[in-house]
Amino acid sequence: MSASIRVIRYNPCNQEKKKMKHIVIIGGGIAGMETASALTDAGHWVTVIEKEAQIGGKLNQWSYLFPDFMPADQIKSALQEKYHERDFSILHQSEVRSLHRHNGQFNIETSDEQQLKADAIVVATGYELFDARRKEEYGYKIYDHVITSADLEQLLLPDGDLTVAAGKEPKRIAFVHCVGSRDEKSGNHYCSKVCCITGVKQAIELKKRLPEAEIYCFYMDLRMYGKHFEELYREAQEKYDIQFIRGRLSEASEKIDKSLLIKAEDTLSGRPLKMNVDLLVLLIGMEAGKGTSAAAATCGIGCEESGFLKTADAFLKSNFSQQEGIFLAGSCTAPMSINDTILHARSAAMEVDHWLKSRCDNEKM
Amino acid sequence: MKQEGKIKVWQDYQKEIADDHYFYVRSCIRQNFFPGSEQTFLKILRSELHKDIYENPHHTSCSGIGYHSDIVPFGTIQTIVARQFALMTEAGYQNIAVSCITSFGIYNEIIETWKEFPAELDKTREYLKRSTGRTFEIPQNVAHASDIVYKFRQQIAELGHNRLINHKTGKPLKIVEHIGCHYSKMFPSKGIGGAEFPHVLAGMIEAWGGEVIDYPERRHCCGFGFRQYLIMSNRGYSISNSRKKFESMEPYQPDAIVSNCPGCPMFLDRWQYVIEEMEGKTYGQNGQGIPVMTYEEMAGLVLGYDPWDMGMQMHQTNVEPLLDKMGIQYNPDLKYAGKDGKTIGSPVMVGCGG
Repeated sequence: MSASIRVIRYNPCNQEKKKMKHIVIIGGGIAGMETASALTDAGHWVTVIEKEAQIGGKLNQWSYLFPDFMPADQIKSALQEKYHERDFSILHQSEVRSLHRHNGQFNIETSDEQQLKADAIVVATGYELFDARRKEEYGYKIYDHVITSADLEQLLLPDGDLTVAAGKEPKRIAFVHCVGSRDEKSGNHYCSKVCCITGVKQAIELKKRLPEAEIYCFYMDLRMYGKHFEELYREAQEKYDIQFIRGRLSEASEKIDKSLLIKAEDTLSGRPLKMNVDLLVLLIGMEAGKGTSAAAATCGIGCEESGFLKTADAFLKSNFSQQEGIFLAGSCTAPMSINDTILHARSAAMEVDHWLKSRCDNEKM
Repeated sequence: MKQEGKIKVWQDYQKEIADDHYFYVRSCIRQNFFPGSEQTFLKILRSELHKDIYENPHHTSCSGIGYHSDIVPFGTIQTIVARQFALMTEAGYQNIAVSCITSFGIYNEIIETWKEFPAELDKTREYLKRSTGRTFEIPQNVAHASDIVYKFRQQIAELGHNRLINHKTGKPLKIVEHIGCHYSKMFPSKGIGGAEFPHVLAGMIEAWGGEVIDYPERRHCCGFGFRQYLIMSNRGYSISNSRKKFESMEPYQPDAIVSNCPGCPMFLDRWQYVIEEMEGKTYGQNGQGIPVMTYEEMAGLVLGYDPWDMGMQMHQTNVEPLLDKMGIQYNPDLKYAGKDGKTIGSPVMVGCGG
């Protein structure tokens, strides 16, 4: 366990906290931690149940963030700082085993056999990265130099080794967008939202590290929806000479020298295309994952066809599940950027606080 | 290349293959292209593995080539396939073993159609009843004949006299495997190992001591592709596809090519001869061609069968370089001998790399 992490055990006998409303948050990623901080600030007693030894969720796998290349550690440090400054509990390496509603409260049993009572639940189980092995035609985990965007993040750290066959630096690199997103074959019809800009960010980072390399991005559409995204895309083309080709790869194959032969169609010129590359990066999308489906089953809340959790409505109740008292925060509801996740988490905290206060008022009446 | 990654894919695509009691349906074109292969398969199953396999001489072409060439309508091919199933049902069998990849794809496509659209099944039953008076059951198990050889590959290895090993160097022979497109590209779950990294032939090669060559154009079409060859003006397209594969596999110095399709070994074999005639180019070692085998021939060689009894003299690319590497004894004088030992005359257009 990380030395910087403080473990506070849930203590139901704490008299001061007994007077407060207790909220259990399932998931200690960005959404869970931000919701916990905001609810603690609002005067509630909060316990976070996190399955891993450390907080931060998928943020731990990222090195630098779009659109301004901020080190991911800065966000993680900010989350940790908020935690250290506040008095809420985290049950590490723990998962919810069962959850039952009784007399207006939730009785929760965890995998480490703790019994908790809660007045409200926030599900913040996040997402899982698409397993690129399912796109068999790209040969991930079979061909030596096919990697995912998550793998590349680790290589982009200052000590990351970017060499390929025979210890040489890659001269030509290709990115494939929408791997496991908007894809009938993998069963994911939705857009994962963040992969396009991740590809642009990573292509620029690679170009900075390997100025002589040719970099190609194979895309269907480029969805630059966020602040500064379009500008970064333009900069990638104008300043870094990164080539964007509208076309999806049909397959990749490994050559005798370990380089890769890729086949695609350039749909703008309407011509098939074959290219040799030294490194192929698969921009993998988001999936709801086992944690979210397990939480849905335990909490008795519904999932969308995509597997992400169903919200009470798409506009005004995006933090509400279909079960009263169970709220939703972050990318367990849909693919989201870190910015959007933080905002969604804060709105979840506000909705929980409002709901608890309304219930208190009703009880008094 | 990481073998453990391939093993993971193979584990995801395993299928049930019946253990015994097969109703065998032959291919209409293999009997011309590689006439000894189907007989070799029956011999292996009956004499070596002691399995019950039955064929009815009244079965017909599945008409798949006509279907894929837009000559035979879907309703007609469904009824033809239903008749094959009727013959199987009448003979008391439930497991069908299919020699041809095109037919295998057709049978799977039609059975899946009947599952998704039961009205098509009802219509087909009615057509068959009205035209032949027959009824039928859908097979419980549909296996390609190569699935069955794959299933018993270890047993064949134990019974075998030869290995896919260079007897002079002791090194595994490097073998290119090529599956027919309709084996698993239509329905990946129907093929052992799926569509991208099929294991059906790779498993045989490994079990019998060889090394599988994975080369960049492995997935590319052999050059048959129905229209590419059936329409004479497209044949340049056919040979250019095959050539693309030869150029891609050449750096790996393969000792042989094996396939489980009627068309693929035909074109990979014949076009090597044509390319040598046209360009003087050969793709094997020492100016020779790369010998091309069917999987039945490969199994037969492992089991010690005489290559000429299996019809390997019908190949246009000489198979002798492979036989020599495996240390297989053969009589060159009997290459074109009939059953009575007398020479029946050699074909004119053979001998790529000869």
